[in-house]
Amino acid sequence: MIEVLTSAQLNTIQDAGRTHALTLGVSIGGAMDGLALAAGNILVGNARNAAGIEVVFYPFRIRFEADTICAVTGADCSAMLDGRAIPPWWAVRVRAGQVLALSAPRSGCRAYVSVAGGLDVPDVLGARATDMKGGFGGLGGHGLQRGNRIAVCPAARAGCALPDDGIGVNPECALLPREGNVTVRFLPAAEYEEFLPRSRERFMTENWTLSSSANRMGYRLEGAELGMRRPLSLFSHGIVPGTIQVPPSGQPIVQMLDANTCGGYPKIGTVIEADLHLLAQLPIQGHVRFEEVRRDTAIAALRRQHAMLDRLEQEVAAFYA
Amino acid sequence: MKISMAGTGGWLLDMAEGAFDESVQARIWAMARALDATGWCMQAVPGVNNLLVTFDPLVTDGEWASQALREQWAGTVANEVPPSVIDVRVDYGGTFGEDLSEIASWAGLTEEDVIAIHAGGTYRVAAIGAMPGFVYLTGLDSRLAISRRSSPRLRVEKGAVIIGGGHAGVMPCSAPSGWHILGRTELDMFSPCRQDPLLFHLGDIVRFHDSRKDCSE
Repeated sequence: MIEVLTSAQLNTIQDAGRTHALTLGVSIGGAMDGLALAAGNILVGNARNAAGIEVVFYPFRIRFEADTICAVTGADCSAMLDGRAIPPWWAVRVRAGQVLALSAPRSGCRAYVSVAGGLDVPDVLGARATDMKGGFGGLGGHGLQRGNRIAVCPAARAGCALPDDGIGVNPECALLPREGNVTVRFLPAAEYEEFLPRSRERFMTENWTLSSSANRMGYRLEGAELGMRRPLSLFSHGIVPGTIQVPPSGQPIVQMLDANTCGGYPKIGTVIEADLHLLAQLPIQGHVRFEEVRRDTAIAALRRQHAMLDRLEQEVAAFYA
Repeated sequence: MKISMAGTGGWLLDMAEGAFDESVQARIWAMARALDATGWCMQAVPGVNNLLVTFDPLVTDGEWASQALREQWAGTVANEVPPSVIDVRVDYGGTFGEDLSEIASWAGLTEEDVIAIHAGGTYRVAAIGAMPGFVYLTGLDSRLAISRRSSPRLRVEKGAVIIGGGHAGVMPCSAPSGWHILGRTELDMFSPCRQDPLLFHLGDIVRFHDSRKDCSE
């Protein structure tokens, strides 16, 4: 078991999300930075889609009630295990009673705590991820609060060969997010051509600011006002994470993992799957630019990410023989 | 039919041509069912006169999928499964229907007229989405086709019976919404741990009943 010592409602149990529940109106959900959670799971010897904790509110502290292995990935949040610093994107052996503490991030904003075996909460509609809107998944559909106790599944592999100082992802590895402003790539979406040419141009040159209302449902961006050739009234239609809607205010909203599954606003583009993790780590008031790409670029980027995770898995395999 | 990219692994098929077309919607339901049975389609999500289709872009070629979808749509005929008829008891107005008077004045009707028109209609579940178990109901009388609120409420309670943008609906959970509130029902629209989480399914027929009248009958 793991006991939550310090937390706030917005810290939640997440996994790879619900891939087959859109037709029920259920969001895909899961880790906003899926790459960080997958890497954390690999580091502790889990399947990539095991459930871990997504931390967005700091300080965050948990106590382990049994010996295990844990990893902290994603945002660099000065992780400490009983006062001993753990480097970013690192996994270490933990003894029963030890306390893991995460502080406000130096870079990024979402940290992921993975534990050998993965967190043991019920599978609801194909995933363990917390769906706050629907009030299910995770720990009773809620965020983590002080005093919560979370069960852990038995570890599939022992990790006997793990060095005393643990293992981690090389800081040079492209899995790690870069500092500063981000550029994310997008594919044009259904109403792309309906925007004024100068608005399309502006969309790609503007340095957009992430507004303070950004959350797991959507990221409102502030900057130039985008205009359409004519007002459009669309019927409600299914949308995917990454969809960039432009409501009549002209300020784009990027729909994220917990977004409504249907929407009615015009869509200028869709952030490519491989770049969603960059947005997930963008802090409030951070800046983002958009770059239009073609589908083959988007697919190549996704393949590259899968290949990086495959390589990490091969490298880690020796420690979990 | 217009087909547009919806990200790396998705196509949005838009069959809308002006007003909502019920016969087109029935073909969309049939196509979604047929796609569920194919190996390559991950999810087929009917919207209102449109259909979102997702697939794994590392396995399925997007251009091939686009062509396959065009061909499949051309050959799709409506093939309806017999719908269920669901009766929904509504407490209209008062604290449960805070927008009733506003809708009445917008429509130039009395509150009782609005209730009678809403409860007198026959609705169909055109699409499911936005929130878990939320249904887009078509069949709303055009006199009540008020557009959405200019600014959405941050919280509309579970069970709220609502209208907006020419559709009717019921809130399956408490969430933000820009639709107008007419009343409240106690029906549980969505339960993730039920064998079938949904109460309403695509194509189902829905009728609303004024709870005061049910009592007096």
